[in-house]
Amino acid sequence: MIWVIHVLNGIAIGMLLFLLAAGLSLIFGLMKILNLTHGSFYLVGGYIGLTVMQRTGSFALALLAAAAAIALLGAVIERFVLRRFHLDELPQTLLTFGFLFIFADLSLWIWGGDPVMVRQPRILAGSLPMGDYGYPIYRLFLIAVGLVVAGALWWFQEHTRLGTMLRAGVDDAEIARALGIDVSLLFTLIFAVGAALAALGGVLAAPILSLYPGADFDALILAFVVVIVGGLGSLKGALVGALLVGLLDDFGKAFFPQFALFTVFVPMAFILVVRPTGLFGRR
Amino acid sequence: MTGRIGSIVVCVVFVALMLALPHMVRPYYVGLATKMIIFALFAMSLDLLLGYTGLASLGHAAFFGVAAYAVALLILRAGVGGWIAFPAALVASTVTGALVAVLALRARGSYFLMITFALAQVVWSVAFGWRSFTNGDDGMPGVARPNFGWSLEGTDAFYYFVLAVVGCAALLLLAIVKSPFGRALRGIRESETRMQALGYDVWRYQFVAFVLAASFAGLAGALYAYFNRFVGPEYLHVIQSAEALIMVILGGAGTLVGPAIGAALIVFLEDYVSSLTQHWLLVLGSIYVLVTLFAPRGLVGLIVDYRQRRFEP
Repeated sequence: MIWVIHVLNGIAIGMLLFLLAAGLSLIFGLMKILNLTHGSFYLVGGYIGLTVMQRTGSFALALLAAAAAIALLGAVIERFVLRRFHLDELPQTLLTFGFLFIFADLSLWIWGGDPVMVRQPRILAGSLPMGDYGYPIYRLFLIAVGLVVAGALWWFQEHTRLGTMLRAGVDDAEIARALGIDVSLLFTLIFAVGAALAALGGVLAAPILSLYPGADFDALILAFVVVIVGGLGSLKGALVGALLVGLLDDFGKAFFPQFALFTVFVPMAFILVVRPTGLFGRR
Repeated sequence: MTGRIGSIVVCVVFVALMLALPHMVRPYYVGLATKMIIFALFAMSLDLLLGYTGLASLGHAAFFGVAAYAVALLILRAGVGGWIAFPAALVASTVTGALVAVLALRARGSYFLMITFALAQVVWSVAFGWRSFTNGDDGMPGVARPNFGWSLEGTDAFYYFVLAVVGCAALLLLAIVKSPFGRALRGIRESETRMQALGYDVWRYQFVAFVLAASFAGLAGALYAYFNRFVGPEYLHVIQSAEALIMVILGGAGTLVGPAIGAALIVFLEDYVSSLTQHWLLVLGSIYVLVTLFAPRGLVGLIVDYRQRRFEP
């Protein structure tokens, strides 16, 4: 039974990582931007959720407010700053790094340096009996949310007009533009959606991983590993990569606590050797 | 001709100032200058990769940190003397550089950035996680400075030692970029496919450049371990790699002198800002954004633009 619990834990963490990596991967697929500010979207989103939660007591409102605020922030950054350096990866990297530092310092200023927990909503607080153990319902909820978001993104990408435009843009932004697709608007929209997903991840992670200065880097690094393993620009890659990294992370922490991160990084290095573009990535 | 004499005069004055520095300022600033010089070497080593070869690495701190850790581990765990630990550290960073190069050079652009980033994090995670060997995030204090027949414990003595080592390394780097090899690197930066067509083994050139850059970064890292008498996982962190990137860009990539100036500026600013407020990260982040937006070719680029505007109205 302990194995089932570890597997469930790994999947739950994997689903949180998926929320981060899906945005990172979509943004890269469409705009070729390696968005380091994604870590800030996660942490600041989590903090905004925390504040809303403290003021209103509503977890749903916290999720909504964080997603909306960070979507707006992402849209502004894309529209007014990153856009100027389209397809120029070094300035983009430096800019997103700069924002990562700026937001790290600002959130330390606003929310302080102590780790804070967000209380989980009351209906999700208990645990489900499972053999001799109880399994926290909140983690099952995380798995469900991850599955719903993955399903929604897949449906959006495959069955909506906007999704078709997105796929066209990923394949060839220039041709898509020539076909009359408003690629410019699409860029801002996808950047905002990706940012909002990261913010959701931040709020959802807060009750189990807590929020602290440096969580932005920790989340970013794991999300990077996910997209390296899964391949950039692929939703399927983000999902498979996230589950794999989530499981490796959980088993690593449980069985090799000294090398917790190592169990994640070594398989990643191995995949890099075999497939430099990740499991589902395209050249 | 006057330009040439002018630059020789500038060089002589600069060297004289550097040599006289310990007699002109308080010991605190001699220490700060030592740190500036060490980071100047670190930034120049990255410039070989970024400015001359056109490979933007986000994991350069790995080599800096590996050498620093090698020094500390050899001295504190194996009890060897500083004069063995020093070259051994260079070997460690060179070997790490070769390993990372083999993996990372399979990719380009954003993938190269990401892979160097991730591999550097592998090294960081070992330093951070392997508590029984590396003390984890507490780091390892008590790294004794080497004694090559004369003691380097004093601030001034260590300053001159660093100045001499980095001076030699800088001349070596200059010789490398001026050599036919260095010119081939610049060709690769401009167009890989064209150099390939001309018969250059592009991969091998990039590999050698990467390993050289790693070695020079290791030299800086080893010096830094001696300088602080301490190593910690933050030496390996991506923040350190990112700082090296901004040092290079702030000064002007592909000029060697620019990154050295950029490094000195960042180190100085960090010291100065930290004495005023706790918000160094905010300032650093703003430097990233402002430099990228307004001085993408760095300070050297700004000077060149200014001169051109003056001479060609």
